[in-house]
Amino acid sequence: MKINLNINGVSKAFLIQENEYLLEVLRRNDYTSVKRGCDNTSCGVCTVLFDGKPIPSCSMLAIRCEGHEITTVEGIEKEAEKLANYFGELGADQCGYCNPSMALTVYSLKKENKHATDEEIKAYLVGNLCRCTGYVAQHQAIKKYLGDES
Amino acid sequence: MKVVNNKVHSVDGLGIMKGRKAYTDDFAEKDSLIIKVLRSPHPFAKIKKIDDQEAKKLTGVEMVLTYKDFKRIPFTRAGQGYPEPSPHDKFVLDEYVRYIGDEVLAVVGSSDEICRKALDLIKVEYEVLEPILDFEQAIDNQVIIHPEPEIHEMFDIGFKPKRNIAAAYEMNVGDVEKSLAACDYVIRETFYTQAQAHVMLEPHTVNARMDYQNRICIYSATQTPFHVRRIISQGLEIPLSKIRVIKPRVGGGFGGKQAIHGEMLVAFVTYKTGKPAKIVYTRKEVFESSYTRHPMRLEMALGADKNGKLKAIDAKVLSDTGAYGEHALTVFMVTGSKVLPLYNKVDSVRFVGDVVYTNHTPAGAFRGYGAIQGNFALESAIDILCVKMGVDPIKFRQENMMKENETSPIFAIMGEGTAGTAMNMDTCKLEECVERGLKLIDWQSKYPRIETEDKIKSVGMAIAMQGSGIPYIDMGAATIKLNDDGFYNLMVGATEIGQGSDTVLTQIAAEELMTSVDKVVIYSSDTDLTPFDVGAYASSTTYVSGNAVLRAAKELKSRMVEEAARILETKIENIDFDGKRFLNINDKKEISLIDFSNQITYSHEQKQLQVTSSYVGHKSPPPFMAGFVEIDIDKETYEVEIINYVSVVDCGTTINPMLAKGQVDGAIVQGLGMAFYEDVQYSKTGKLISSDMLNYKIPTRLDIKNLTTVFVDSYEESGPFGAKSVGEIGIDTPPAALANAVYNALGIRITKLPITPEKIYQEMRKKNEK
Ligand code: FES
Ligand code: FES
Repeated sequence: MKINLNINGVSKAFLIQENEYLLEVLRRNDYTSVKRGCDNTSCGVCTVLFDGKPIPSCSMLAIRCEGHEITTVEGIEKEAEKLANYFGELGADQCGYCNPSMALTVYSLKKENKHATDEEIKAYLVGNLCRCTGYVAQHQAIKKYLGDES
Repeated sequence: MKVVNNKVHSVDGLGIMKGRKAYTDDFAEKDSLIIKVLRSPHPFAKIKKIDDQEAKKLTGVEMVLTYKDFKRIPFTRAGQGYPEPSPHDKFVLDEYVRYIGDEVLAVVGSSDEICRKALDLIKVEYEVLEPILDFEQAIDNQVIIHPEPEIHEMFDIGFKPKRNIAAAYEMNVGDVEKSLAACDYVIRETFYTQAQAHVMLEPHTVNARMDYQNRICIYSATQTPFHVRRIISQGLEIPLSKIRVIKPRVGGGFGGKQAIHGEMLVAFVTYKTGKPAKIVYTRKEVFESSYTRHPMRLEMALGADKNGKLKAIDAKVLSDTGAYGEHALTVFMVTGSKVLPLYNKVDSVRFVGDVVYTNHTPAGAFRGYGAIQGNFALESAIDILCVKMGVDPIKFRQENMMKENETSPIFAIMGEGTAGTAMNMDTCKLEECVERGLKLIDWQSKYPRIETEDKIKSVGMAIAMQGSGIPYIDMGAATIKLNDDGFYNLMVGATEIGQGSDTVLTQIAAEELMTSVDKVVIYSSDTDLTPFDVGAYASSTTYVSGNAVLRAAKELKSRMVEEAARILETKIENIDFDGKRFLNINDKKEISLIDFSNQITYSHEQKQLQVTSSYVGHKSPPPFMAGFVEIDIDKETYEVEIINYVSVVDCGTTINPMLAKGQVDGAIVQGLGMAFYEDVQYSKTGKLISSDMLNYKIPTRLDIKNLTTVFVDSYEESGPFGAKSVGEIGIDTPPAALANAVYNALGIRITKLPITPEKIYQEMRKKNEK
């Protein structure tokens, strides 16, 4: 079937299966910044923004996204660049498989609560797993990004 | 140094964050055939009959592959150099299945959905066999897991499949029994370590296509692209020259991607059909059907005299390699060779044991392999001995541990499959690591415990060593090319898997060429385009591949100076090159690097300046570290909270201090996961229970409070700009440090990982009953 999806501000028609999840539709259509890491919504690397709120695209039926705004990291390029800079500064980059989803989630956190405490940051991001970094450098970079007024 | 040991952003962080195409599946052809594997529901069975008629009739099903489609060529998936020190005991598909999750057959179809439908239509009849699910029952069991006649070892690794032994080893320094008998204090304890899952966030992923030269081009999320090429060629009898393996960005490996996983099936399908094909493991498959860490039983005996001298170490080890023997011997060897030399002043050491087959998910390489198991046993045992002797465990370590300029006979005896390499510890700052760690954790005021109303605070520690590549075996090579406009290409076989090697190797080249990181463009791991490298394992990249890069940079520099001398009409020794310009020191005439590179590219005596150099280590200088943990234990629930983990590391020069810290932090957290809760668990029937991230918990952000990671000043002469390795060392200490901290808090000794509140509770009950 055909549906219209608004992705990163551009509305386009997509051919989908009725039971297809948003993650599959996105990857099939070359939005490869959205990753798959698990089978049951437990890793966070498939995060997209759904009307500005982070959701796991692996468990959202594509058909339910009609009429909503979907944002992938390509839609927040400037913000991703800023975060990447802090990641670079603090050595928070490793394999990077979790990074695009991280950028979307902290961007959304910043909009909601840029004065988030350490514990609030961790709680907000707890669904975004990372197996490489041990989280500490990421946390420091995220704090700097939240405090960046530019 | 201007670039090395300075803050440099990783060369690829920006593009990765922006989500640019980078990982294996991002490059899969849109019309790839999908491969889905039917996985065994039985821990051990023989396939009697396969009925795939209905499945084959389904539109969109290209083929169904069974063991009958493959020539019987045994190989090992271990992903090692050749000949491998692992038994050739695996077939692409076999008529036996040896663990729940083993490959029965593969369906190839146009979509995921069609493949799944086809799998549902296939009926397989099995002769279900009695499995071995307890590794302590494996040797000489009446069940033989590998009865097939074709399997073999490449050289003597103690392979005895009829006894379910994949590898065996024994080594003796002195006479351990005699020394133990003469000791004033002897302790004996048995330790168990569990299987741990890698849980790299990118699953195992491979795709292939035939290119316009009719060669097969494979993208694989692998740590060992050159080994993958060779093993595919040997296993499928495709000429090596027809295969290209490209390793794009890899989303974490930790040893799990050293091995071959989907490569054989994907290569076979594409080569046979001419069509692109791909496989992406589900998370369940990653858990159930890739690899785990080898579970082990370690029986330790330590003896000391009344003067506080450690005299003897006896380690009898049994290791569980699961259904296939990948890394059976090599992991086992490291349990001795990268652990026992820590205490080099003993009179005698014995290290002996077997690696056995069971009907569990195979064990393979995993960061810190062997070392973390051995370290848990030895460093726990040292604390136990100190309690018995009534001596301070820090002082005892300080007196008995390895020091700079010392050695251990074990280095010469134990290698990874072959004999080892004698070496001196030219750099070993372990003493300083311990001293600084004590201060950073504030040991004095917290040891052994501080009790409050509802909590007990305590500290524990352990020391560790690792290696830097496998001497005389691991080879890395690098090519550097000068371009017009004065920038360079650096081509390396070394495998970036997220550990930052592309950045670190770029820094090494930039430092030597006296330029900046943005003037060196790295391209890594493509079997057609880059020189050979064994790949990312054994903590070899910074040291081995880094040395290759340094050599190449030096050689290119002297080639450039030669050419500049010709242009400036003088002798080589009169040329001063500062990275930007060549100066004739006599007549002060100069030419900029940009003009120079443009001239030799376009206008006068043109030539391409390019150099390839390689490096094989003649030793494997160990990095050392001391790890200290501070914990709070809830007096009622025995919940343990990690307040801080202090790591003081001697890895030589840190080429990139931030990335080095990232390596240690990440490894510490994986080690804490193993120490605390990560546990690959099977049901009584051999089915994996922990087959997703809800049932297999890895540390989350909430679990990690403070990591204090620092590096001591150290310069390893044989390393590039003084560097040793840093990829694995961080994972070794957490289990023992935690066990020791729990003892210091409660006076109970947990000898079986992971250290859960339930186990603490049980031990406390036993203690209180006494
Ligand atoms: S893919 Fe893991 S949460 Fe969606
Ligand atoms: S950097 Fe590898 S998973 Fe986060």
